[in-house]
Amino acid sequence: MPYIPHTDADIQAMLETIGVDSIDDLFDEIPADILSQPLSQVPEGISEMEASRLMADRAAADSNVACFIGAGAYEHHIPAAVWEIVGRGEFMTAYTPYQAEASQGTLQVIYEYQSMMAHLNAMDVSNASLYDGGSALAEAVLMAIRANRKSKSKKVLIPTSVNPLYRSATHGIVENQGISIEEVAFCSDMGTTPLSALEHYAGQDYAALVIQQPNFFGCLEDVHALTDWAHANKMLVIAVVNPTSLAILAPPGDWGEAGADISVGEGQPLGIPLSSGGPYFGFMCCKQGIVRQMPGRIIGRTVDLEGKEGFTLTLQAREQHIRRSKATSNICTNQGLAMTAATIYTSLLGADGLAAVANASATNTQTLVAALTEIDGVETVFAAPYFHEVVIRVPGNATDVLAKLAERRVQGGFDVSTAYAGMDDAILVCATETKNAADIQSYKVALADVLSA
Amino acid sequence: MLIYESSQPGRRAKSQAPANTETPASIPASLLRKQKALLPETGEMQVVRHYTNLSRRNFSIDTHFYPLGSCTMKYNPRGAHRAALLPGFAGRHPLAPEVHSQGFLSCMYELQEILKDVTGMKGVSLTPMAGAQGEFAGVAMIRAYHEARNDHERTEILIPNAAHGTNPATAVMCGYKVREVPVLDNGDVDVAALKELAGPQTAGLMMTNPSTCGVFERSIKEIAEIVHEAGGLLYYDGANLNAILGKVRPGDMGFDVMHMNLHKTFATPHGGGGPGAGPIGVGERLLPYMPTPIVGKEDKDGEETYRWLTDQDIPDTIGKLSAYMGNAGVLLRAYYYARVLGREGMHRVGEFSTLNANYMMKKCEEAGFQLAYPGRRATHEFIITLSDQAKNLGVTAMDFAKRLLDYGYHAPTTYFPLLVPECWLIEPTETEAPDALDGFIEAMKSIQKEAEENAEMVKGAPYTQPVRRLDDVKAARELDLVWKPAASEE
Repeated sequence: MPYIPHTDADIQAMLETIGVDSIDDLFDEIPADILSQPLSQVPEGISEMEASRLMADRAAADSNVACFIGAGAYEHHIPAAVWEIVGRGEFMTAYTPYQAEASQGTLQVIYEYQSMMAHLNAMDVSNASLYDGGSALAEAVLMAIRANRKSKSKKVLIPTSVNPLYRSATHGIVENQGISIEEVAFCSDMGTTPLSALEHYAGQDYAALVIQQPNFFGCLEDVHALTDWAHANKMLVIAVVNPTSLAILAPPGDWGEAGADISVGEGQPLGIPLSSGGPYFGFMCCKQGIVRQMPGRIIGRTVDLEGKEGFTLTLQAREQHIRRSKATSNICTNQGLAMTAATIYTSLLGADGLAAVANASATNTQTLVAALTEIDGVETVFAAPYFHEVVIRVPGNATDVLAKLAERRVQGGFDVSTAYAGMDDAILVCATETKNAADIQSYKVALADVLSA
Repeated sequence: MLIYESSQPGRRAKSQAPANTETPASIPASLLRKQKALLPETGEMQVVRHYTNLSRRNFSIDTHFYPLGSCTMKYNPRGAHRAALLPGFAGRHPLAPEVHSQGFLSCMYELQEILKDVTGMKGVSLTPMAGAQGEFAGVAMIRAYHEARNDHERTEILIPNAAHGTNPATAVMCGYKVREVPVLDNGDVDVAALKELAGPQTAGLMMTNPSTCGVFERSIKEIAEIVHEAGGLLYYDGANLNAILGKVRPGDMGFDVMHMNLHKTFATPHGGGGPGAGPIGVGERLLPYMPTPIVGKEDKDGEETYRWLTDQDIPDTIGKLSAYMGNAGVLLRAYYYARVLGREGMHRVGEFSTLNANYMMKKCEEAGFQLAYPGRRATHEFIITLSDQAKNLGVTAMDFAKRLLDYGYHAPTTYFPLLVPECWLIEPTETEAPDALDGFIEAMKSIQKEAEENAEMVKGAPYTQPVRRLDDVKAARELDLVWKPAASEE
């Protein structure tokens, strides 16, 4: 029996102890007419060897592709040590650290994680992580509405240059709570959100402005001006950032005069495999003054009864298992394992290593853009400076071009037309530090080939 | 020691980063970081040793019996973990084209079909990233259903007062008021009270069955009838699905929508508190509202192909809950587990988790511990109350739990459900052999003896862990959430 260790003798002895004749007798409180018939759609069980073969075959079918897609999930080198350690049973098969004394490993990792995230974002505090970047933005919107004492509004401003996948996740999560999201158009020449687009909202009551840096198009927003504008209009600022970029770009805590109030983002670039979109983790940092409005688990450093340093869950009065219907969120887990991977990754890279990854990715993307735009009719769409992603325009229909690239095992980028009306010829491309000159050249050759066909 | 405290300026794990390149000059100086981020500076072996040693300061399923009630801490097969990290799966971009994704999509499609079968539901969406998100999706669908029928008077969700805290928190996130339904002394829902509470204002009822009291809700069919007659829908919290896997299906009990915790029932690792996965299953009425994306199968020129179903296929969907499709890697592990278990294995999960729990319950009773619901069968878990020990010896359920750590057992869930005083919720799972269960009972007997002879000693436990009991009050009053270098400490 897979994973069940009982021998026939065990079963007999246990039934005798309980005082029943069969295992079926233990289900005698269940009304007989609802007991299950044999399952029909579940196949017969297979051995580990067979299952491994099956999975290997299916995984192989999806392999051997050159990926130039970013759009919120980035292929970075992951040091071998990261998942070797994360895969240790002591981390992987532990549960939520409710028994603090028997969970100091997990708890200390989270404390170190919170420290790294707070310093990377230049914010005061961090929680222990949320599900992913998209749901972290949704939680940040809810938090900003609770935390903004100057505003009674349940409305939030979100530029359309913010990741459309995050916007749709946010919409799905907050809409039932009477919260409305007002979208602000971006400048179609620059690819960024100009102050002029916000002027219309000046003096009106909104709880927060969301600013993504770099934005979905890879473009760099004038975060300082946007932050100051929002604060002048009594809005909180929710920063959405890429953690790799923070090694070289101004962190949310340094934006404008006062810094962002809440900072969230997708943690995947920090040592988490692309893995079809999850498990990733969302990070969330904020200013000290609003920490009690933060959702999710938070770990604090304290002492034991002998005065020895230790770590424990704290501020639990915000959480669902204590506050029930009055909790800050219904969330009860964090993405512990993914967050552990990020902590080890960040320790291995350090500030300099992370900056090197950021610089190499930005440089490779510039090289890619230079190569692709040598092809007739291929050009960049926006004029704003960028980090490691760029929207390019191709002659013809982007969806068709990408499909033909896929036939050549090239994943050419994100099809912008699927998220933005009127951008049918636009592809969002990305080349991280994992791409070398030959990879970039292959993409160029494939694209030239597709376009000349 | 923190990794920060072993940091040395200039120390690096050189081979892990690309050769240093310059920041492109095209990025304006005003947008650059002025001060280097305060991150550890250390070497590769130092990092490996630090985190390996930290891992050893944890209890885990791989190292200890971990009978945490309502959490289903069963063995997490290594094969599943290895499969999910195969390069083709780990390296697949979430937005990869469908032609490069048939391997992954076929696993997801088949997992949907398996989960439909074991739950008796008509449709499954895998996207919720945790049980709490599955609950959210489920209640949001209930709301969408009522709204589509122009039934706007339904403002309340009914929830038994023994329920998990996520249930009421979720109802509120979906814009509902919560009405609590009392639970009787025998652990069953008070059906008479439910009749009073149900009405035209009822959007639905959320419940777990077996309930958090560790017993099967015997009047489930009557409960379903009452709620349905009032026009509400029934939400099944899948937290305790392990108890009935292959024995009873929520769909057959009358539930309209449910979530499954794959990190419990389908043996994916808990990871120190996540990631999990909380797929939802729905009956006929809620099919149009399922969250996207879902995987569909098509027969194209005699060849089966898989594709994403999106808003175009499911126009009334409640939408997306994450940027992509949720915790795909967790779903792959669950799929592997389901395939290895197969049909027969599924039936045995419910059977042996129930056998183990009833055996332990009997042994506890024989050892003199007080059951919260004597005379009832245990399901996959059961509750004892230590209120006599607290009253007579001054040794609480928490003291017993902490002392248990010294014996090498993780403590059961303490003080939940809230309505049983000084309680332990004990869930052994099917993957434990009876010798582990016997060892646990012996430890409890021994602690009972210690409590009678030397209560103070037990109250001071644990003694063998990396730390003694922690000062939680100090942790909350003098918040220390982020390490800062000594010089900058205020």
